[in-house]
Amino acid sequence: MMLIDPHAHMISRTTDDYEAMAASGVVALIEPAFWVGQPRTFVGTYVDYLSTIVGWERFRAGQFGIRHYCTIGLNSKEANNEELAEGVMEWLPRFALKEGVVAIGEIGYDEQTELEDKYFRLQLALAKDLNLPVMVHTPHRDKKRGTSRSMDVCEEMGVDPSMVIIDHNNEETVGEVLQRGYWAGFSIYPSTKMGNARMVELLKQYGGERIIVDSACDWGISDCLGVAKTAQLALESGIAKDVVERVCYRNALTAYGQSGQMKEEDWLNPPAIDQRTLYEGNSILRGGRDPVIEEPGAQRKSLIIE
Amino acid sequence: MKTEKIEEVLYRIVSVRVGTEAGWFNNQCAELKSSDVESDLHLYLGFVPRKLGKADLDPTPDEAAAVKDAYDGWSVDNWSIDVAARIYGLLVFKPQRPFADMFKDLRRTSDAAEMIALYCGLALYPKPQSLAFEVGEGLRSNLRPVFEAICHHNPYPRDHFDEHRWNHMILKALFVGSELSPILGLRERANRELARILVDYAAERHAAGRPITEELWIPIEPFHTDPEIAALLDRLGDAAPSF
Repeated sequence: MMLIDPHAHMISRTTDDYEAMAASGVVALIEPAFWVGQPRTFVGTYVDYLSTIVGWERFRAGQFGIRHYCTIGLNSKEANNEELAEGVMEWLPRFALKEGVVAIGEIGYDEQTELEDKYFRLQLALAKDLNLPVMVHTPHRDKKRGTSRSMDVCEEMGVDPSMVIIDHNNEETVGEVLQRGYWAGFSIYPSTKMGNARMVELLKQYGGERIIVDSACDWGISDCLGVAKTAQLALESGIAKDVVERVCYRNALTAYGQSGQMKEEDWLNPPAIDQRTLYEGNSILRGGRDPVIEEPGAQRKSLIIE
Repeated sequence: MKTEKIEEVLYRIVSVRVGTEAGWFNNQCAELKSSDVESDLHLYLGFVPRKLGKADLDPTPDEAAAVKDAYDGWSVDNWSIDVAARIYGLLVFKPQRPFADMFKDLRRTSDAAEMIALYCGLALYPKPQSLAFEVGEGLRSNLRPVFEAICHHNPYPRDHFDEHRWNHMILKALFVGSELSPILGLRERANRELARILVDYAAERHAAGRPITEELWIPIEPFHTDPEIAALLDRLGDAAPSF
């Protein structure tokens, strides 16, 4: 089965991870612009970060046979540094039109401050202007209210729910998100967000419509095989293959494909120039196959270094 | 270099391949020619692959001949339509500031495919020598296709690199596993210092038990009778060719 991980911070991950993801069936992933673990204190470092995720990281993923896309945005934590935020906002429109940018994101609330609200709204307006989808990060704290508020603000700004992916859902938030017509993302992230056994229970309850599974793997203790492991567990638990395919592949493609920047042909039949330059296609995956989970770190077990 | 001829040839090649986007493309060309507002160029560069796609140009023999006639050594054989259209836009747009300043700004905000396109056109831009710093950034890039956009099928290194930069480009090509034969001027720009470095490099590969590409001997060949080079070659024994 071909898989998409629509939330993976590969800038924080190793080549072992890329190899393991490709082996597990991941054909494409989306790298949302995010908080890199400590605050940036210059506009220039933020600009170079955006340049890295549209350039270098895209190339790096391609070397492992994975198509790399990204979202562009000012995250909620750094929105609280007004001087930085003002500077970054000036650069965002230029990056939003780069190749492979599938959404404005991840944006939304962290502590639900006034500045977070201000830049969330400004970026929703930008997404609407550019007709791009939006990836919304829902807060870790006061999550249920923060999630409702995020959707309220999207609607106030006139953004259509079908263009918005509300991410990091849990059992408490998913009902309202789906009922209001949004895409519901689930990050299979150990300890803090969602576990895959819980995810399987949600799939039993809600089916596959508008539900999207991702790993949100980053610099923390997280698992780049979150999507593959969920797909496998779901299949073993008797969830219909069609539902698994939708939540681990098709829905992400439909939601983010609304940008016009992500198409199945990108990995099934890539342009010749991309094959010469940016994408080492993996022919094994073209025919599709069941997810295989291989432990990362195979190279660490080999004594010989050539 | 015949600037007007280059623009004319590129326009012809792109315009017969724009299909249903002919209206968009011609409007954009007119706007770029009359505007000096850089955000107009940013939008154009962003929309090129969206509107025109990324198909290979596959130039006809006539087109390839016209390209070569406009600039000796220039070839669009490996270009796709987005590369050609982006470079055409860069040629017809006249910024308020020096081209090199604008180029720097475009390079630092470019996506991977865009950066490759920017560097493919190096030899064609106004005052090509003024781009020396930006070329250095591209040569140091970890994106091999960016390095190769400068190194392969591009007359810029042959025509504008000093010896030190030329030699280090050849060495990096070997180091990252790029082919040498697509480098224009590989024979004309051979020099004694490069031959010495390359023989040393061959010895290092030989000692490590790693293969030595046959292409490495091309720039060494003209100097193989030089006493110092000959002595180094002797130490390689059978690993060196007999020339």
